Amino acid sequence: MQWTTRQTAMAEQGYIASDDLAMAVHLALSLGRPLLLEGAAGVGKTEVARVLAAVCDTQLIRLQCYEGLDAAQAIYEWNYQRQLLTIRAAAEDGETGRSVEQRIFSEEFLLERPLLKAIRQPKPPVLLIDEIDRADEEFEAYLLEVLSEYQISVPELGTLTATTRPIVILTANGTRDLSDALRRRCLYAHVDYPDRETELAILKARCGEVEDSLANQIIGFVQSLRKEELEKKPGIAEMLDFSAALMGLGVADLTEDPKLLQASLATLLKTEADRFNIITEVSQRLAGQAA
Amino acid sequence: MSRVSKFAARDPGPAARMAGFTAHLRAHGLRVGVGEADIALRALTHVQASNPEETRRALKTVCTGCADDVAQFDDLFDSYWLNGGRVRQKVVPSLSETNSESVQSSRPANSQQVAAGTGETTDPDDGNGEAEADGTGKLVATIVQNLMKKDLRDLVQPEDIAEAEVIARRLGAALQDRRSRRRKAARKGDQIHFRKLIRQSLATGGEPLSLPKKHRPERPLKIVALCDVSGSMTLYAQVFLAFLAGLMRADPATDAYLFHTRLVRIADALRDKDTLRALGRLSVLADGFGGGSKIGQSLTQFSRTYARRFVDGRTVVLILSDGYDTDAPELLGTALAKLKQRGCKIIWLNPLKGWDGYQPIAQGMAAALPHLDLFRPANRLADLAALEPELTRL
Repeated sequence: MQWTTRQTAMAEQGYIASDDLAMAVHLALSLGRPLLLEGAAGVGKTEVARVLAAVCDTQLIRLQCYEGLDAAQAIYEWNYQRQLLTIRAAAEDGETGRSVEQRIFSEEFLLERPLLKAIRQPKPPVLLIDEIDRADEEFEAYLLEVLSEYQISVPELGTLTATTRPIVILTANGTRDLSDALRRRCLYAHVDYPDRETELAILKARCGEVEDSLANQIIGFVQSLRKEELEKKPGIAEMLDFSAALMGLGVADLTEDPKLLQASLATLLKTEADRFNIITEVSQRLAGQAA
Repeated sequence: MSRVSKFAARDPGPAARMAGFTAHLRAHGLRVGVGEADIALRALTHVQASNPEETRRALKTVCTGCADDVAQFDDLFDSYWLNGGRVRQKVVPSLSETNSESVQSSRPANSQQVAAGTGETTDPDDGNGEAEADGTGKLVATIVQNLMKKDLRDLVQPEDIAEAEVIARRLGAALQDRRSRRRKAARKGDQIHFRKLIRQSLATGGEPLSLPKKHRPERPLKIVALCDVSGSMTLYAQVFLAFLAGLMRADPATDAYLFHTRLVRIADALRDKDTLRALGRLSVLADGFGGGSKIGQSLTQFSRTYARRFVDGRTVVLILSDGYDTDAPELLGTALAKLKQRGCKIIWLNPLKGWDGYQPIAQGMAAALPHLDLFRPANRLADLAALEPELTRL
């Protein structure tokens, strides 16, 4: 299969991937390796996994990382409540301790969490490990083990091996540096803010009813806004919100109503300092350039 | 595609070339090993390897591992695979071949743009003399500029900043290391949260299954520094600016301002990673440096604008000034009183106080005194270092 075919398939699902990204996805699928996507917030990293699941017509299993994420929430956990109830019930029935122990540590009492679930599917799912840099380093080490062996050992049960190898997508946006070991095990793609043409295509794909002249203006405006000194640059989702807001307000030309434009900036600028910096004059200048 | 490298006829084939390429990448600081060479070869079987752009993308995905790698990959790829049709002498290049003309390999990968020996990179000495703006040449140029224009870079040396940074870091630590008396539930705590434990165990028939923890949350103080750079303070500005620069680097929560006849926020400029560039940005901001001083007006402006956003009960406001004010002293008094209402601590560091027989008789200083938590001399870095025990007590 050609990488351009994948690019088209993703475009059909409404995701316009840059050439670099499409190639990375193609190789990740062909070589069966995890893919690490890095880039600023709001450039569409998570969306890659969702679209990929749609393209491959398979399930998306998502593991959202956060500080303090541990094995119990990511891999497996015993269903303690159920075990307790079983012990109580067994005590009343007069069952022997040995057989109860055998029973409560069987797979029936095992709660599958995303990582274990992902390797025990009949069809290879897409496993999205979102914002891996938020998890602790200890968890990263654990993840490495799972990603290299595709097996999980449960002390009470033995080793559970993978029935299928999931398609693994990891995303990070630089909360902390990832270890070299993890980087080496993955293919890598850096997702940047899209260029003008790509972003225009994204807007057309997601929001088809925008008129060409307005679409051009929106993209020009957002692209030049990203060049300003902002605390938080607007991402693609923000751009789409902005277009939706303009459509809802019935704006046909960015320069026609400065007040309305300033009000709709609420969709693009998300910190007080940024709102403070982009005053009406600045937004009008940017809109004028974009026109 | 005439730019594609020609390899010698006796070379042993694609595998050796790929090994040569990974060696080439390694020589320029990318972390690739045998494993990557293997995956790279396998990756090429999944793309049209005869198309250079496709190969470039495939190898980029395999061989890079962070944004810095991606930035320099294209140049490295060009210099190995697309070196303008020149015959490559050996398939597996000896490292000296690529190293001799490019950056030293001892440098970390991200420190310099890679100019591999392809002949495509322009020599630095074509065009006029300004093209030599690199390395030490740049330094000379800026020093000459400094003499023409009054520049803060005259006043602050990088070594001073390094020294000030050490002191500032210690001060920062003295303020940072504060924890609440009360404990709060936390995922990673040092003690067991018994109340929560017992409440949770009710759900499981009195058997405690999970052990909730609690810890003492940190309540760090942050510093907001206001530095006077009026004419009378010029002598001390060197020390103070170095100190501020150090302070900013030591603790990201610190905030800093300059004032003379008006107030300028310099926090963003000072936080620039390049020390010299930071001071360059600073001198642009500090237009009017070495002029008169309007302390009262500047502080009023501060308490009315920035203080609302940045000053709260966990803030130490550090004022570095000699107190010679051209405004009415009442103005300074009211400004400080207003600032004090926000619950912050105010420390005034006066360089003149270090002199023998100094009395705070300047009207402005006298008006300020009742509002200060601490009034200290400071005209050398050592004086600033001596602040540490005082700050811990605050």
